Order: sequence, then structure tokens, then C-alpha cells
Amino acid sequence: MPLPYLRRLSSPPSRGADLEQQQKNRKTVRRLVLVAVGMFGFGFALWPLYNVLCEVTGLGGRAIQVTDSTEQVVASDRTVNIRFDATVNSSLPWKFQAKEKLTEYNLGVPNTALYLAMNPDDDAITGQASYNVTPPEASLYFVKTECFCFTEQTLQAGESREMPVYFYIKPDLPEHIKDITLSYTFYRLGYEPSTGMAHH
Amino acid sequence: MSSDITHTDPGHAVDVHDDHDHKPKGFLNRWLFTTNHKDIGTLYLILSLTAFMVGGFMAMIIRAELFMPGLQLVEPDFFNQMTTMHALVMVFGAVMPAWVGFANWLVPMMVGAPDMALPRMNNWSFWILPFAFTMLLSTLFMDSGGPAAGWTLYPPLVLQTGTSLAFVVFAIHMMGISSIMGSINIIATILNMRAPGMTLLRMPMFVWTWLITAFLLIAVMPVLAGAVTMLLTDHFFSTNFFNAAGGGDPVMFQHIFWFFGHPEVYILILPAFGVISEILPTFSRKPLFGYGSMVYATGTIAFLSFIVWAHHMFTVGMPLQGELFFMYATMLISVPTGVKVFNWVSTMWQGSMTFETPMLFAIGFVVLFTIGGFSGLMLAITAADFQYHDTYFVVAHFHYVLVPGAIFALMAATYYWLPKFSGNMYSERWGKIHFWLSTIFVNVLFFPQHYLGLAGMPRRIPDYSPQFADFNMISSIGGFAFGATQLIFVGVILHCIFRSKVKATGQVWEGARGLEWTLSSPPPYHSFTTPPEVTHNMVRHAE
Repeated sequence: MPLPYLRRLSSPPSRGADLEQQQKNRKTVRRLVLVAVGMFGFGFALWPLYNVLCEVTGLGGRAIQVTDSTEQVVASDRTVNIRFDATVNSSLPWKFQAKEKLTEYNLGVPNTALYLAMNPDDDAITGQASYNVTPPEASLYFVKTECFCFTEQTLQAGESREMPVYFYIKPDLPEHIKDITLSYTFYRLGYEPSTGMAHH
Repeated sequence: MSSDITHTDPGHAVDVHDDHDHKPKGFLNRWLFTTNHKDIGTLYLILSLTAFMVGGFMAMIIRAELFMPGLQLVEPDFFNQMTTMHALVMVFGAVMPAWVGFANWLVPMMVGAPDMALPRMNNWSFWILPFAFTMLLSTLFMDSGGPAAGWTLYPPLVLQTGTSLAFVVFAIHMMGISSIMGSINIIATILNMRAPGMTLLRMPMFVWTWLITAFLLIAVMPVLAGAVTMLLTDHFFSTNFFNAAGGGDPVMFQHIFWFFGHPEVYILILPAFGVISEILPTFSRKPLFGYGSMVYATGTIAFLSFIVWAHHMFTVGMPLQGELFFMYATMLISVPTGVKVFNWVSTMWQGSMTFETPMLFAIGFVVLFTIGGFSGLMLAITAADFQYHDTYFVVAHFHYVLVPGAIFALMAATYYWLPKFSGNMYSERWGKIHFWLSTIFVNVLFFPQHYLGLAGMPRRIPDYSPQFADFNMISSIGGFAFGATQLIFVGVILHCIFRSKVKATGQVWEGARGLEWTLSSPPPYHSFTTPPEVTHNMVRHAE
């Protein structure tokens, strides 16, 4: 490559840009590059921020507390209806349902809900469940002591299993909440979504 | 190349290397290595017109498939690739580079600067774009096909794209880097390179809107880059940002994407506001009504664009408080936008109006963009949005603000400044034919889509229920005619540059005010090497 090309790229054109001007421009560029880099970081910071927001508001069931002890809970005579919902992701061939769809529950009383999962496939499959609670506000008062969703679950070919959830709801649940839905979705673990759907 | 000028006197910084109208010799030197803002502006505009044709061709495929119910021409997955690519090419390839092209040409001339602040970075910002678009378009020829999940790239669907997703992500990275560098350049030029006397509140509206647009770009393009990077790692490196099975959340992508996406739509339209604010006063022979309020309205729109993103995702299952907040914040935007429309109409009020092609496009913009604005208000009503969401009503809405909105403003700008850029007048007769055919057919194309959407036709589908057949056929006919009309546009531009015998004067338009009109047409290759002294009567606006 002839030298003038390189020179053109490597040294700033002198027209209209004296030293003072160049320094001003450099300062502007430095600041704006910082903003751009900062905003790239902000994009990633949205991930923890999003989780914090979910925990504060109870959105996405992320505020559900996990504990070992139920000792300090005081039972109340107030009751709420709890619906138990079960969904299976399309990648998992299991059958999955709640044993009891609806129950009337006494606040503050440790309780057990049973789910039933069955693997009709010819191979053992491992799945894991995610969970959610609506209304979101209720998840701030929802406490689980043990749940099948805490660990991976492997079902052998044709195996079916009862899967329990041990939980209680704190008695200081806001008065306006009368109905709560606890929902689980089972996903297949180690599953790669099919690629190249373009080709049938 | 060293300058021997004393640094205390920027006014006499003469170039010791190039003669004033001496363009670099040789094709590569002139175009590939150019650091001249006018050449780079031209390159951007050529790229943009090319992308407009490519994206338009994809739209023709879409409308051809939708001409009748049933699957006629293309495979459903290819149809989805067309809707996705049409949007990506039009947004990132046609509209954004076109505005950067006009900014390159005009901002230095409008503020009285000799060139952009960072000419070499300017070259780099442009020249990575052709590579980015080659990469993006090449995915259509790959085994796994192009992206087909819509331009919003929502997971989990987009994660089913094959390995070509990596090309899409890197293409978006490159476009983002180009936009950010271009924006830094524009901001530095506007803040540091203004001629003496060109105070901020004397700047033309186009410069103001671009200054604010550039800040928007720097704020949100990196966020998009982050979001697509997370898609990339989710797809190829087993991260779980958006994978619900792994504890991630696909809804989070929508939040991050629209945090970028909403300011992005103002990035497409704010420079259009600036152009209209230049053209209407010229052909009304009156100063712009409410210049100051125009500046503040632009700033307000830019600020509000950051706090309305979730109106794109009302149906995602947000808490009621969230829906209400985003509804009211969205509706608030109609206040500064209304100020602008009011000012445009008031500018024309009792003016000595003439209707040359740029003026026709500008008036078409004001009327048709406002229709798009109103359907946007309808969509902002959370309760109503549940019916409109993901239907053709949304398609009609954003095409009204983007085609007779942003694209008409680009065409207005082309007719307005092409005589300045080329030194020749375009054919007024063909310009007017282009305007009227465009205006008629853009409405034939998009207006029926409102009805389709209200009747429940979903967007992004290659087939539909027979009840939608008539309106789709009308829309497709409008689409083909609008597409064909744009060939006239290309013809008018080529004729103006290469064949036109009518020379343009320096001022070009009788009512034109501003520094760029004080130069000859075409302007010298290096203009304002000595900064002009800007006085009160050289600018359109009294402060």
C-alpha cells in the first residue's frame, strides 16, 4: 500500500482542527465513550436489577422464602383458597398434575401439597420444575420448607412418582388476598432446542 | 501534514495539504479512504438507498404471499425470515444510515464547521456498515436460514435459529459500533466545532434534533448490544439469561430489548422532525413558529422515550400498577408531539406557501404521521391494547409513522437538499408525480391494515382466514404500486445528479435561510475552512 494511504489514516487532517480544538474533541470523545461503555454495562446490570425488583415485588415467585424450621409460625383461623397448577414444557414428554387442584388453607399451618409426575417415555429423563405464585404480593408471605422443585428429578422409563411440597403461608398475609395460585412448570434438563427449524 | 498555524487563531487555520477544491485522486483514495464529510455523507446515502431497495423487495415478497389466503409463493419459515429481515434492513440499513448521511452532509455546513470533528473515525463508522449488512444478509443463504423470530428477536423462539444467529448478533454489534461512533462524531462536531456566533439556540432544528438523537443512540445502542450478547451466550455457551428451565426469564429480554427499542423509534423519527422544521418555514416564507418550544419538545420526547418501554409488552402479565404507569407515561408523549404538530401548522398559517416537491412531502408527513400518532395513542390504552396487540393494527400504526413518517421526511430532505449537494435541479414534474403516487398508494397499502388488525388478523403470518382476503388484496395492490413508485424516486435522483441541465443557485429556494444556503451549489469540497461569522440575520430563528 502506498505510503500516502497510511498517512491519511494515521494522522489527523489538519484542516480546521488546531490543537485546542483537537483537545476539546478528545475530551468529548473520552466522555461519550465512557457513557457508551457504561450503558453496555447497564444492559447487563439490568439482569441483577430485574431479579431485585422481582424479589421486592414478589413478581415471578422469586420472593418465596425457603426455610427449615416452622417453629415460630403461629396458626391463624383465617383461611384462603389455594389452587395448584401444573404445566409441562413441550420439550418434556411427562404427565404432570396436582393431586388436589383446590384446597382451603388455614394461614400459618404447615401443609403438604402433592403433585404426580409420570414418565411415559422409553428412556429415563431428568427434569426440573420452576415455580410461580399469583398474586405476586402473596409470594412475599409464602414459605417453603421442602419442595421437589429444589432439586433435579429423574424418572425412569414408565415410572410415576408423588412429588410433595411442604409449605406454609404467614398469617400476616394482606386481607385483600383471598385466592392464591401456586404454579409449577417442569422443564427437561440438558435439552437443546432443535436448531435449523427452517428445514422440514 | 503538520499545521504551522498559531493555536490562538482558529479562524485562520488553512489547510497546508489539500487545495480547496482538490478532491483526492483515484477511486480508492476518493471513496475508501475518504475523510471528507460530504463524501462520507454520499456513501451513507447510497448505502441507505440500496438497503431501501433490498428491504423493499422483501416487503414485496411479503405482500405477494399475503395477496391471497393460503400458501402460494414461499415456505412459511422463509416468510418469517422476510418479515424479520425486512425490518432489520429497513431500520438499521435504510432509515438510520440515511439520517447519518444527511447529518454528515449537513451538520458541518449548518454550524459552519470545515468538517466533522473526527474525520478518520467518520470513515471507519461508514465502512464497517457494508460488512455488517453483508453478514446479516448472508444468513439467508446459510443452511440454518436467516433469523425468523421477528426483528425484536424474542427468546425462546429466536434461540431456535441455527448457527446463523451468531452472524446476526455480530452484524448487530457492528451496526451498533458504527452508530455509536457516528453519534460521538456528530455530538463532538455540534458541541465543539460551531462557527463564532452560532450559539446553541441559533442552531437549525435539524442540528438540534440530531444532537438529541445522537445522545439517544449512545445511550441505547450499547444496551441492545448487551441484550444480543446475552442471546448469543444463551445459544452457544449455555448461559441461562433467558432460559426459564435454567432459572432465567424470557420476559427480561423483552424489558431490555424495549429499553433500547423505544428510544430507537425516536432515533428514527427525531431527525425527521428536524427536517420538517427546516422545510416548512422555507416554503411558507415565515420563520419556524415556536423555535424554542420545538427544542424543548424534542428534549422532552427524548427523555420520555426512556420510561415508556413496557407499552410494547402490556400483555406479558405485568402488575396493574406497572400497566397504568406505562400507559400514562406513553400518553404524556403526545403532549410534546402535539406541540410540534401545532407549531408546524402555525408555521404554515398565513404563510406565502408554495408547493414544490419537498413541501408536498413535508405536508404529507405532517398529516400522515399524525394519523400514525393517533393510532399510537389508541395502542397506549392498556385495556384496548389487549385487543390490538400483535395484530395488523400495530403493523398499520408503525408503518404510518415510519413510511409516510420517517421515509417521507427522508424523501422531503432528498428533494430539498439534493440541488444543494449536486448543483443541479431535479425534475419538479417527476418529483410531484413521485409524491402523489407515493401518497395515494401508501394509504392504499397501510390504511386497510387498520381494519385487518381490528378484525383480529395477527401479524407475522404467511396465511390467514378467508375473511381477511379483500383488505389484504387491496393492501398488496397498494404495496406493489408503492414499491414501483420508488423506482421513480431512484430515477429522479439519478437524473438530477447525472443528466439535469438546470443548475441550482446557491440559495436554491427563495425562502431558504441558514449557513448551508450561503455556499455555492454544489458546495466546495472543503467548505468553511475559515469559519463564517454568524450574525443574527443569517439564521432563521430570532433568539
